[in-house]
Amino acid sequence: MISVYHYMSVAAILFAMGTYGVLTRRNAIVIFMCIELMLNSVNLTFIALSRHLQSMDGQIFVFFVMTVAAAEAAVGLALMITFYRNRDSIDVDDMNLLKL
Amino acid sequence: MEIIFFYLVALVAVVSGFLVIRCQSPVNSALGLVNTFFCLAIFYVMLHAPFMAAVQVMVYAGAIMVLILFVIMLLNLGTEARKRYTHGIVWSSLASLLVLFNVIYFIKRGRVTGAEGDITTFMVESVGHTELIGKAMFTEFLLPFEIASVLLLVAIVGAVVLAKKQV
Repeated sequence: MISVYHYMSVAAILFAMGTYGVLTRRNAIVIFMCIELMLNSVNLTFIALSRHLQSMDGQIFVFFVMTVAAAEAAVGLALMITFYRNRDSIDVDDMNLLKL
Repeated sequence: MEIIFFYLVALVAVVSGFLVIRCQSPVNSALGLVNTFFCLAIFYVMLHAPFMAAVQVMVYAGAIMVLILFVIMLLNLGTEARKRYTHGIVWSSLASLLVLFNVIYFIKRGRVTGAEGDITTFMVESVGHTELIGKAMFTEFLLPFEIASVLLLVAIVGAVVLAKKQV
């Protein structure tokens, strides 16, 4: 029998992998994809817990997380296009205008 | 039988997630991410949430990933160039392992309890998942729904303004 803990363990592994990707990769788009991975693992936790507690609120939360992720994708990718136009690179090491 | 299927899908999800963080080419990372999204959609079906599975496939694997692949194609990103700076792989591994152990520790530590609602599996199967979601969203969560529409409008305007050459 699959319990809620199984789903939460999978979500924990995916979240940790997303953390590792955000901290090590240099390509901004790959970092963005790792953030999407983390958001999705949280979505999985929300749905597993909402099913476990027999409530609908967690699934509504997932809906809003998806909305925010879509908005983030639109604005973030536009930012990356603007950055690429100015610097000819999408490497986060080149984003150092605020550095002393 | 179901548990074997679960472990199979979980294995595919984790391996695809590993591809996302290790592939050198961004296109391969994107394809791995699509695979992970499909595995999560299978999990949602197993959790009796078919509507969320459909939305996952349409919004994430459809819309967002097409947007990301489109930008990768537009910027003509190839394989990552040689390492110019060394990033702290050791510290990053330690940080992510710390996150993993923390979460696993809290999962193993106690039981999941909370206020139980009245949406049982039988009710989901007899009434229908979409209807239950719609009822909750348009009665209890009407204000957040409207705010989300404003957020999407702001995102559209922001994306257009940022991507234009001359505003």
